[in-house]
Amino acid sequence: MAPSTSSVITLNINGEKHTLPVDHRATLLDALREHLDLTGTKKGCDQGQCGACTVLLDGRRVVSCLQLAVAAEGHAVTTIEGLADDGRLHPVQQAFLDLDGYQCGYCTPGQICSALAVIEEHAAGWPSAVTADVRPEAGPPPLTAEEIRERMSGNLCRCGAYVSIVQAVARAAEARGTEAPRAEEEQDDFKEAVA
Amino acid sequence: MREFEYRRVLDVSGAVALLDAEPDARFLGGGTNLVDLMKAGVERPTRLVDVRELPLDRVETTADGGLRIGATVTNSDLAAHPEVRLRYPALTQAVLAAASGQLRNMATVGGNLLQRTRCAYFTDVTQPCNKRAPGSGCPALKGEHRNHAILGASEHCVATHPSDMAVALAAFDAVVSYETAAGPGELALTDLYLSVGDTPHRETALPPGALITGVTLPPAPVAANSRYRKVRERASFAFAIGSVAAALDVRDGVVREVRLAFGAVASRPWRARQAERALTGGPASAEAFMAAADAELAAAEPLSGNAYKVTLLRNLVVAVLTELAEETAR
Repeated sequence: MAPSTSSVITLNINGEKHTLPVDHRATLLDALREHLDLTGTKKGCDQGQCGACTVLLDGRRVVSCLQLAVAAEGHAVTTIEGLADDGRLHPVQQAFLDLDGYQCGYCTPGQICSALAVIEEHAAGWPSAVTADVRPEAGPPPLTAEEIRERMSGNLCRCGAYVSIVQAVARAAEARGTEAPRAEEEQDDFKEAVA
Repeated sequence: MREFEYRRVLDVSGAVALLDAEPDARFLGGGTNLVDLMKAGVERPTRLVDVRELPLDRVETTADGGLRIGATVTNSDLAAHPEVRLRYPALTQAVLAAASGQLRNMATVGGNLLQRTRCAYFTDVTQPCNKRAPGSGCPALKGEHRNHAILGASEHCVATHPSDMAVALAAFDAVVSYETAAGPGELALTDLYLSVGDTPHRETALPPGALITGVTLPPAPVAANSRYRKVRERASFAFAIGSVAAALDVRDGVVREVRLAFGAVASRPWRARQAERALTGGPASAEAFMAAADAELAAAEPLSGNAYKVTLLRNLVVAVLTELAEETAR
């Protein structure tokens, strides 16, 4: 018997279970858009370079174009459609809206999902490539514009709305209250906080 | 993309057995490189063995005070780990200098070591490439090779290994553990990658079907004063055109111990042992740093379009060692 090249899988998306047949070659991005009609997640480069397809997998941002759908089974997927709470926008969505963190809007769902994770990663005490001293005793760096730009570098905006995207991320981070994170405890709470 | 079977495994022996039984099978980690290469038609596996759920996702202190890093630890978790940041800061810096936040959340330590070159001829199946199609030729020699190797290459292949993480691991004497159907084994990271010679398609010294299970860092007090500096053509999210991982211990102006490795210059992370020997026991001065860099780079054989890398690496070595020397003096 030839080995099976497709499977019936159950994906947990925005807290709802969806059972669907998938060709093993299908990416999570294509499963979301083509099978589940969740078209908020956008296809840009399809090579992991533009970030338009960013979603959260178990609370962590990933590019869904390089994530096989079959390998996402058993993990919690959060897409842009899952962020608003009963019609009330997520604070990161609201900040992008208030500060015009976009022009055409195509990259925006990916930018917002990424920004949300950036804020949680920073709150958990993660350093970045522009953090001057990565040693734990140096403490978390302030979330400056330079830090935001570096942490958001996986999301491209062809309209060049970066100036207001950085402002929107900064405002959303302020609203969350990223004062002196307790690194150890927050690491543990990290997945729940953003899932 | 070729159709393939998908198998998720929960234990190492099961993973190795599933790969052993199918010649065209591949292990799937984060998939950030493999899935991309499958889309491009470079990789055409008939079976994927998903190893992400294996119990290899921990960073632990070893009995002798080193660190044992599981193969499925993500790049993000490795970079954020307090012990790595405290005792091997250049490793955190190297990992954070690579890719994007999204990709670092997906990518694993084992996969990072086994990622393939980003040479544009290798990733384009319409082009000849001795690494992808042995004997077909190397268009990079006379073509686009601005970011290709200057050390240890051959007339058959001038591709570089793209990892930043592996450069820091090479500087810190990392040891790679693996498992095969015949049992476990170990390799020094600096012995993991084979010489290019006339077999650029053979990249690692791992036995066929081996699964990398982890990387061990021996204790290295010198590593606490370490730095990774990467030069690239844009400020973020780009591969290196040259990089240096360095660690330095200076007492009374004399170099007691130094570690030095280069990235983006060879088919492997390049441990600069000649430079280390030249420096050890001598003065920690800019002149000595430059002479040591020149000693290492004397073996460089740049192509017409990448000779700039020799100067770039020399300047990087001097700058990074000078900074580290100033910080120890403080």
